[in-house]
Amino acid sequence: MAIALVLVLVVVGSVLFHALSPWWWTPIASNWGYIDSTLVATFWITGAVFSAVVLFMAYCVYRFRHKEGQKAAYEPESRKLESWLTLVTAVGVAAMLAPGLYVWKQFVTVPKDATEVEVVAQQWQWSYRLPGADGKLGTSNARLINADNPLGINPEDPNGQDDVVVEAADLHLPIDKPVKMLLRSIDVLHDFYVPEFRAKMDMVPGMVTYFWFTPTRTGTFEVLCAELCGTGHGFMRGIVMVDTEQDYTSWLQQQSTFAQLTGPAKVGALADQAKAVAAME
Amino acid sequence: MVDVTPHGADLIPPAEVGEMELYHPHSWWTKYVFSQDAKVIAIQYSGTALAIGLVALVLSWLMRLQLGFPGTFDFITPEAYYQFMTMHGMIMVIYLLTALFLGGFGNYLIPLMVGARDMVFPYVNMLSYWIYLLAVLVLVASFFAPGGPTGAGWTLYPPQAILSGTPGGTGPGIILMLVSLILFIIGFTMGGLNYVVTVLQGRTRGMTLMRLPLTVWGIFTATVMALLAFPALFVACVMMLFDRAIGSSFFMPAIVEMGEQSPHNGGSPIMFQHLFWFFGHPEVYIVALPAFGIVSDLISTHARKNIFGYRMMVWAIVGIGALSFVVWAHHMYVSGMHPYFGFFFATTTLIIAVPTAIKVYNWVLTLWRGDIHLTIPMLFALAFIVTFVNGGLTGLFLGNVVVDVPLSDTMFVVAHFHMVMGVAPIMVVFGAVYHWYPKMTGRMLNEWMGRFHFWVTFIGAYLIFFPMHYVGLVGVPRRYPELGDTAFIPPSVHTLNEFITVAALTVGFAQLVFLFNLFWSIRHGKEAGDNPWRATTLEWQTAGTPPPHGNFGKELPVVYRWAYDYSVPGAAEDFIAQNDPGPATQGGPA
Repeated sequence: MAIALVLVLVVVGSVLFHALSPWWWTPIASNWGYIDSTLVATFWITGAVFSAVVLFMAYCVYRFRHKEGQKAAYEPESRKLESWLTLVTAVGVAAMLAPGLYVWKQFVTVPKDATEVEVVAQQWQWSYRLPGADGKLGTSNARLINADNPLGINPEDPNGQDDVVVEAADLHLPIDKPVKMLLRSIDVLHDFYVPEFRAKMDMVPGMVTYFWFTPTRTGTFEVLCAELCGTGHGFMRGIVMVDTEQDYTSWLQQQSTFAQLTGPAKVGALADQAKAVAAME
Repeated sequence: MVDVTPHGADLIPPAEVGEMELYHPHSWWTKYVFSQDAKVIAIQYSGTALAIGLVALVLSWLMRLQLGFPGTFDFITPEAYYQFMTMHGMIMVIYLLTALFLGGFGNYLIPLMVGARDMVFPYVNMLSYWIYLLAVLVLVASFFAPGGPTGAGWTLYPPQAILSGTPGGTGPGIILMLVSLILFIIGFTMGGLNYVVTVLQGRTRGMTLMRLPLTVWGIFTATVMALLAFPALFVACVMMLFDRAIGSSFFMPAIVEMGEQSPHNGGSPIMFQHLFWFFGHPEVYIVALPAFGIVSDLISTHARKNIFGYRMMVWAIVGIGALSFVVWAHHMYVSGMHPYFGFFFATTTLIIAVPTAIKVYNWVLTLWRGDIHLTIPMLFALAFIVTFVNGGLTGLFLGNVVVDVPLSDTMFVVAHFHMVMGVAPIMVVFGAVYHWYPKMTGRMLNEWMGRFHFWVTFIGAYLIFFPMHYVGLVGVPRRYPELGDTAFIPPSVHTLNEFITVAALTVGFAQLVFLFNLFWSIRHGKEAGDNPWRATTLEWQTAGTPPPHGNFGKELPVVYRWAYDYSVPGAAEDFIAQNDPGPATQGGPA
């Protein structure tokens, strides 16, 4: 008997918790409002199903609990009822899947005008690289990484000379401009995760992964690593600041390019190393 | 469909397995230790699984203490936290749940329920347990190895699993973990082949496949899946062992480790993930399908009503089993694999919701117009439905690829999989133990302790994991030993974490009452008799309780009907055992 009451309380409690809970997602700061809407729609559909199933159970337990002389019905199956339930479920599932796939199509289709920004992760810090005036990132290779070239940029690639290197510091992004985040790791798996942007993606050594978004709100946002990367995982934080166009430009002007950072003397040594690596491969 | 042989029909007489063909134990050692009796092996498997499960339970307390009260316990360093987390996950999924459902319940119930004297290969069955025990001991040994056990997470993703930034990565920890898994798989394969062949070849006369109790269908399908899925984990473990021990590069690309160029080159970390989840997702159903089967029988027996839609239930089990092999990459939506995989795997993943939902409908429809006895097994079965529906529905969030993007790697995922493959199957384990303990020991478990255990466990577990979803929704990542000062995490999240910790410790305490009950009732429980629940299936019709070696008396039972003849109109009793030849069933749709 108590169990019927508890089942009702589970439903009422869960719904109230959901409605009154102060724990909800962070205010969005990107174009992925569609993701939030799909999530809310999923909450409605699944919430209704959960309440219906558990309340029906509670009713059954209350109504059909054992009493002296009671006998259960004998009904092995009902083709009709089972077919209907299957059909309704399939429709409900399709109603969630269709918008999900539609939004996923957008998520994986990077707009042509998106600016490329590279994020390089290592245990346990974040670095960044922006294409310079030419708008192109130079090639890179993990074998080229050393103290003078922490991101492994190819010194022989002319596209890389004007790349802006932001080592272990904050990243700035201009508001309302789509960006394609190119993700690279030099050691283990990491994941570039800013809750307010909704998007995230693992960073895998040996390959370049990506996702895209458009920042829609200025402010300071915390970067967290979302893929277990060793003992420092919980402390692998960074900052992304979304700026107005003006603030962004003035920040960018204070940054150094790869050529500036390495200087003419070091470029020679790095280029020799690049040749050696190329010969090895 | 009511599958009953009409009374008086000529049945082929049982092809009796000669009593002499069974190897009977001659000494205490061969009866209780190196036993070839599936029932003894079942209890050995269950005892070992519960013992190592207790370790996992304590590890979960330590993790919750750290998450609820960060900075209070000096000995829980990030290294230690990751080691607790890894070992907790690995033990619960593999060494407890898989071993308990297949090695424990599978061994005990398959021969009894299909009407066999034992498993078809008793000697291999015995070896299966001893290799499992060895796997557990190797796992335990890693706690005492220099550097401690691996802290790579139960997913063991390379490269970090074998590098110095991870606890146990460059010490013996990871090697012992991989060796233990390899041993487990070898041991499991020996048992698994037994379960499959026994179900296919060891059934008694009249026990057609479509008369098998759903418990057997669940365990059988899960075993077939495990035999197909575990080899993927096996090769992944062997390859990673090579990468770690002899410097091969299966999963290791060119990397820079702590400022040093590593000698590895050309390997693929994502390949490991595909292999791992090709095993890992079926693994979810390897745990879930036996639970589905067992809970069906618990509900039917204790509601005194046939399971609704038996044929649909069987096909749903088989369908889920097959589909679960084409959904694995939904664990990898944000892994960096080709994004177009997302379309395929989201679709297959949501399709699997349909047969799963059918099972839920049929459980609750079995309650409809039943004669519900609120016994402890029934209470746990109800708790299973609630937690399983809850956890299954949050799976629709995570399976729907784009909704997964913000939620993946957050506490939402932790809450989801604990609800659906932690709490829900464990509710079935408890229900099943209260249900079959009387057959295993001849005595009932103490009712008062049982009800206390149920209420604290059900309500407590829900209070742990339901609010945890919202911690994830806020954006709190999983696998963080502490949150520190993070702007988007309000102080109320810390309060909620304290609450969850208190709930977790309370639920943990209730499990000690359960363990105590298991021992106490062996001597002090109420006498159970042969068939205390008045159930139809063959294990309740044995000669004596606990059943002797050989299970049945001089002759094997002959089966005349399906497993669900409860409350048959016109019958004298509200159940007709499967080996009861009459009266013929009247009514019901043909």
